[in-house]
Amino acid sequence: MVVFDKPKSLSPVPFHYCPGCTHGIVHRLVAEVLDELDLCGKAVGIAPVGCSVFAYNYFECDMIEAAHGRAPAVATGVKRTHPDNIVFTYQGDGDLAAIGTAETVHVGARGENITIIFINNCIYGMTGGQMAPTTMPGQVTTTSPYGRDRRIQGSPIRVCEMLSTLDGVAYAERVAVNTVPNIKKAKAAIKKAFQNQVDKKGLSIVEVLSTCPTNWGMTPEQALEWVKTDMIPFYPLGVYKDADVKDLNPTSTKEVTE
Amino acid sequence: MAKKVLMKGNEAIAEAAIKSGCLHFFGYPITPQTEISEYMAKRMPKVGGLCLQAESEVSAINMIMGAAASGSRCLTSSSSPGISLKSEGISYLVGCDLPCVIVNVQRGGPGLGGIQPSQQDYYQATKANGHGDEHILVLAPSSVQEMAQLTSEAFDLADIYRMPAMILADGALGQMMEPVDFELGTKREIPEKTWACNGTEGKRKKNIINSLLIDPDELETSVVNRFKRYDEIAEKEVKYEEYKCDDADIVIVAYGITSRICKTAIAAARAKGIKVGLFRPITLWPYPKKQLGALADKAKHFLVCELNMGQMVDDVKVATECKKPVSFFGRTGGVIPSPDEVLAQIEKLAAAL
Repeated sequence: MVVFDKPKSLSPVPFHYCPGCTHGIVHRLVAEVLDELDLCGKAVGIAPVGCSVFAYNYFECDMIEAAHGRAPAVATGVKRTHPDNIVFTYQGDGDLAAIGTAETVHVGARGENITIIFINNCIYGMTGGQMAPTTMPGQVTTTSPYGRDRRIQGSPIRVCEMLSTLDGVAYAERVAVNTVPNIKKAKAAIKKAFQNQVDKKGLSIVEVLSTCPTNWGMTPEQALEWVKTDMIPFYPLGVYKDADVKDLNPTSTKEVTE
Repeated sequence: MAKKVLMKGNEAIAEAAIKSGCLHFFGYPITPQTEISEYMAKRMPKVGGLCLQAESEVSAINMIMGAAASGSRCLTSSSSPGISLKSEGISYLVGCDLPCVIVNVQRGGPGLGGIQPSQQDYYQATKANGHGDEHILVLAPSSVQEMAQLTSEAFDLADIYRMPAMILADGALGQMMEPVDFELGTKREIPEKTWACNGTEGKRKKNIINSLLIDPDELETSVVNRFKRYDEIAEKEVKYEEYKCDDADIVIVAYGITSRICKTAIAAARAKGIKVGLFRPITLWPYPKKQLGALADKAKHFLVCELNMGQMVDDVKVATECKKPVSFFGRTGGVIPSPDEVLAQIEKLAAAL
């Protein structure tokens, strides 16, 4: 009996990711969910610009490589012309929360029936460790070499909190993949985010707190620890919006009572 | 012949797109092309199509990217400043070999410029829509009928050659009303879109739509192959009109709305005994180089007329290999010359022949 196998939705090619990077875990979770919900044949994935730019090589479904930040708009174009496809974007923090902020906000405002997997690792990885919109106060990066100073570089964006205020967002949850229990919760969230699309509920986003040992200047173990000690207190895990639970969001509550 | 209807140029583009099987429009409001969006917003729901107003020009062109990548015929439209915003997306569409039609109803620039008609985006459309070695098909209508006709042809060309096609119009053509016949001729054979990303259904290998080629040799090969396709297009798809060129001493080179002003001036000049004709490029890319070049042996002088500061002059010099002098007359910033102003230029040149 096979107890552990590669998901069919994951292509049989090696990842290019750095040792200790958690992109690989998240890729696997997405692929497992596509397998379990039998969605691979209907799925169209949109890859971002950033470390996961090569995501188009790693999933066995049809894949489109978008311009930096534009994945939600590209996903909209696919979903609106092919509503039967299951459309997901896989985006990093620079892509989703800096250069693509308008696309992110408006895909939520329109309530596009797509799934967004959002990797938050507090840094620009591919370009070599620059300050991201999610870089934490005091965090040292190559473009905040003295630590992010809120007076100069402003404050980080908490994406799930921000998007949960939009009526079109059906589901927003922040998870982490730093421990086995957290990975299990992350998978459940990703599964729900895809199931929501099957059920035509609107936009679902799962924010995954992820590691970047290379650019954080840490060992993989230290990086996992830093998620726990520094990231999670600043970016609390949990469900920020769930359209199934009617009392979470003031606007949706109002709509229900009307 | 089917019944003609009186329509604005912008509306004719929209209706022609729908009649060409385009059921997906993504746009953003900007003068002087907004009628296209408005027409689409009214008509699309009635024909089972979609008109979606994006949050930005950038987003609209990337929605086009998604729609085109999944195999749909799709249209977006804008005007000059909006096209600048779309330039990133246009470059990606080219890099991904995706077909779509983009309309530019030009207004005056640079910057926010003005809202009156111009042809100031000739360079942008024909030379540099976006970064990288790239071209798109550029068709320049000169009447409301051609707004419809060329839109229909643009969809076929885009699908056949897997690249974006642009209708380069101007505010005058967009706003003016003329009778238009929507019997738009025979459709060409369109290859099946086996490359489209619309789900494998477990029946084929996955498709990838991508413009990233990290290996320089691979990227070079991809660009070179695309340019071979460009050569084929230049050979097969050039369109132009010659008007009274056979005996012409002076050949005016003009496209779009300007060509019509020139035709009025030509009639007046001919009445005064001046042998003048018009060469009108209809495809601005590919440029009808050979056909214009052939006139350089007969004509004595070329006069380029445009609503800009002379952006097409270089193309005319290249096409005619500088065998004969090339002069320029144009107005810019949204000012349209009168036929008398063009006639004065013709008379000046005729006196010096």
